[in-house]
Amino acid sequence: MPFYRLLAPVLAAMLPCVSLAQQDTQKEIERYRQLLQESNPAELYEARGEELWKTRRGPKSASLESCDLGLGPGVVKGAYVQLPRYFADTDRVQDAESRLVTCMVTLQGFTPEEAKRNPFSGTGVPMLTTDPFSGVGRRSVMTDIVAWVASESRGMKIAPRMSHPKEREAYQAGERLFFYRAGPHDFACVSCHSGEAKRIRLQTLPDLVHSAKDAQRAFGTWPGYRVSEGELRSMQWRLWECFRQQRFPELEFASDASIALTMFLAKRAEGGSFDAPSLKR
Amino acid sequence: MQLKIVLAFALGGLSVVGCAIRPSDSEVESATARMLQTSFKPRGQATVDRLNQDEVQAVCSLYKGEPPEAAREKIEKAQQTTIRYPNSGSLLGDWRQGERIAQSGVGKQFTDDPGRPAGGGCYNCHQLAPRELSFGTIGPSLYQFGKLRGSSEAIQKYAYGKIYNSEAFSACSNMPRFGHNGVLTEEQITHLVALLLDPDSPVNK
Repeated sequence: MPFYRLLAPVLAAMLPCVSLAQQDTQKEIERYRQLLQESNPAELYEARGEELWKTRRGPKSASLESCDLGLGPGVVKGAYVQLPRYFADTDRVQDAESRLVTCMVTLQGFTPEEAKRNPFSGTGVPMLTTDPFSGVGRRSVMTDIVAWVASESRGMKIAPRMSHPKEREAYQAGERLFFYRAGPHDFACVSCHSGEAKRIRLQTLPDLVHSAKDAQRAFGTWPGYRVSEGELRSMQWRLWECFRQQRFPELEFASDASIALTMFLAKRAEGGSFDAPSLKR
Repeated sequence: MQLKIVLAFALGGLSVVGCAIRPSDSEVESATARMLQTSFKPRGQATVDRLNQDEVQAVCSLYKGEPPEAAREKIEKAQQTTIRYPNSGSLLGDWRQGERIAQSGVGKQFTDDPGRPAGGGCYNCHQLAPRELSFGTIGPSLYQFGKLRGSSEAIQKYAYGKIYNSEAFSACSNMPRFGHNGVLTEEQITHLVALLLDPDSPVNK
């Protein structure tokens, strides 16, 4: 662990000096990704997440081992690629994170507020080690568990469901949200995510409107370990960060809008290979 | 309005294949509105009223950024009337300050200090001075913008107006309305005009 902690920021700091010309930079980033692919720090999050899944926690002192992620109680293998989906017990469409919140509440006895309190790792505030939703330092229990749940779908095909009316409604609302312009910069998701090989500065952007391949690669690589931040980031975090940059108010963790957008993106990525947790710049 | 919504979805090209029963458009519309209301919370300067759309934002969302000719003309005409030019002084400011504004992408995010002036973030989307290799490609390259067009009063007015309110020239443009929406001051915009048009600006070297 200390090895990665030290290595990541150093390598991240090196990234900008890798090369002067952009094409070379892009190539170097690819090469660098490959170099680290076999020792992705995401594995540490996954291992912690698996441990947390099996650990008795909360007022009810229960593990998450009977949590139903859509394929039946306790079935984790292949669950992530079929999310978001409709759950009858909550009468809601839920993604992995919001479903984990449900399980933490119903099985472990946490309040929804507790379960949602520390959704992202390393957000700058060192959490108390006694906090049940963080570990030592800046960890996030939610992030760790999501990393493990996602890893149990690695190599599978992205296959969101679209049979329940609420699933279709989530997809269509997600589509509307994707095109929803607002705020002082007039930005919508589509402002940056339409058009071939567009970039912000040097960062290439997936074309989520016209390219199934881009959508598959984008959806299929979250969660991902972000070298530039030295943290593992989830899809919920990706959306939260996009809206921050869109100059919107703060997206609530595991909110209906975040789930609807995830549904839209999952559907756009349908049939693609799920390759997460991945390694990102 | 209802017809427009139907049309927009028909044009969308992102149709849901294989669905026997689809929620009606009005159901989806109200579900979306409910989600917007319940899924965002104010933080710092980013208050929830930012979710309310003006007419341009609403029309551009409805048509997914590609409005029909009539809607396009209507937007551009209305937005033209919003452009405010400085009361006095030249539209051509200081390109050095313009370069700093073009480099800076801060401003209006809930993590930004509202007391600090915002940047234009121009390099996020455009190529400008050739020595800056880290530029985006969402907008066209503006390298040699002035060298190719000169710096006549008409070009100055155009460049100022385009930065002030891009929707006045190209409806549903991806470019923010920097002046109209109060992201940049009139003075800051004149510095960006200089960055684009001043013969001494690195953009025109």
